Amino acid sequence: MKGVRLQLRRLTHRYGERVVLRDLDLEVTSGEFLAVIGRSGTGKTTLLRLLAGLEMVQEGELLQDGAPIRGLNRRARMMFQDSRLLPWERVARNVGLGLPRDRADRVAWALERVGLADRAGDWPTILSGGQRQRVALARALALDPALLLLDEPLGALDALTRIEMQSLVEATWQESRSTAVLVTHDVEEAVTLADRVIVLEHGQVSLQRTIDLARPRLRDSPAFATLAQDILDHLLGRTCPSI
Amino acid sequence: MTASGELPINVAVSARRAVVGLLLGGGLGLTLGMLNGLSGRSERLLDTTIQMARAVPHLALIPLIILWLGIGETAKVSLVALGVVFPLYINTLHGLRSVDPGLIELGRVHGLGQLELIRRIVLPGALPSILVGVRYGLGLMWLGLIVAETISADSGIGYMAMNAREFLQADVVVLSILLYAALGKGADAATRFLERWLMPWRPVEAANQP
Repeated sequence: MKGVRLQLRRLTHRYGERVVLRDLDLEVTSGEFLAVIGRSGTGKTTLLRLLAGLEMVQEGELLQDGAPIRGLNRRARMMFQDSRLLPWERVARNVGLGLPRDRADRVAWALERVGLADRAGDWPTILSGGQRQRVALARALALDPALLLLDEPLGALDALTRIEMQSLVEATWQESRSTAVLVTHDVEEAVTLADRVIVLEHGQVSLQRTIDLARPRLRDSPAFATLAQDILDHLLGRTCPSI
Repeated sequence: MTASGELPINVAVSARRAVVGLLLGGGLGLTLGMLNGLSGRSERLLDTTIQMARAVPHLALIPLIILWLGIGETAKVSLVALGVVFPLYINTLHGLRSVDPGLIELGRVHGLGQLELIRRIVLPGALPSILVGVRYGLGLMWLGLIVAETISADSGIGYMAMNAREFLQADVVVLSILLYAALGKGADAATRFLERWLMPWRPVEAANQP
């Protein structure tokens, strides 16, 4: 399956009086990995929820492969910061959540893919944080979604697990050729994974950087460091690099 | 007493009243709780009334029960049921309310229908709270039963105790109290078993937590 193309035109979203997204224009090409960075409360999560169809478009246009998203976006799967596994269902059942009966074989495939094939019969409560997120990733991948939405999925993990998970996310995304939108606070993570990084500020795109480094990316390369620093400076509101 | 068959019969009669009352009252409380927990309209319609009825101590209804239902089995079972209804109602409602909204959202993202959402996410999420209701209900079940059997009965543990009082048989009175204790303990053990059976993910958590 090929990733979806997304077009956002003058998208405005309000919660009551508060404007969360303001005249947002954005295009995401098929198979692109887009990272969205921004401080808390800048509309990142709202953007993801709109893409998932959890929020209704209020103003403007949101097109997926040229057609507006009506109701729930059935081609999208979302991964949350907390793994949100159902504690009362075993790992395999969790991964198969919402999967049509005839696609049950995908459960084993997805668990295999994240390296947890041997934990299929376990309760989620006995897994470590990293393993839970891997199960959550498997669940998101099971249906082979054309749009993968990642809401700070690695935010709560320790540094090592995080790096492992990043390579896993990158590998599975490349394999599936789906479109991915990642919301994160971590500039390095964004530069590691994304084809393009945007910074949201006051509901608008305030910075856009295409990352054309070869994959897998090395964090210690000068080009990587320059890009990351550039984005970080922008986030911190500095105009010139600090000494 | 055991040899004469008096004891086993009285215990069996009491246990039967307790269980029937529990099932009736518990079933009603559970049903109402689910109805109001899942449907806003039903809640607006019924919740205030139920809360009002809840404020009345159920033992205060004894005169009315005797007037309407007499002093037969129906009256006794009703008294037990009345005690069990409200803890189950409240806890079911609370359980349904406190299901993690994140999990419900997850279910929606994964395209679960309304029924499947309830079956796979809402009900299991509410289950711990419902079982707390069952345990509360059990306490009130014995209370209702004792009162019912003490007021008027010709069989059951309460009757046995009241009868013994007439004949100054303190040992039988004490035995009756111990029997209530044993039955209460048994009921509690049954709930624990129910918990382990309905929520198998829990003990695993306790045993294997890293």
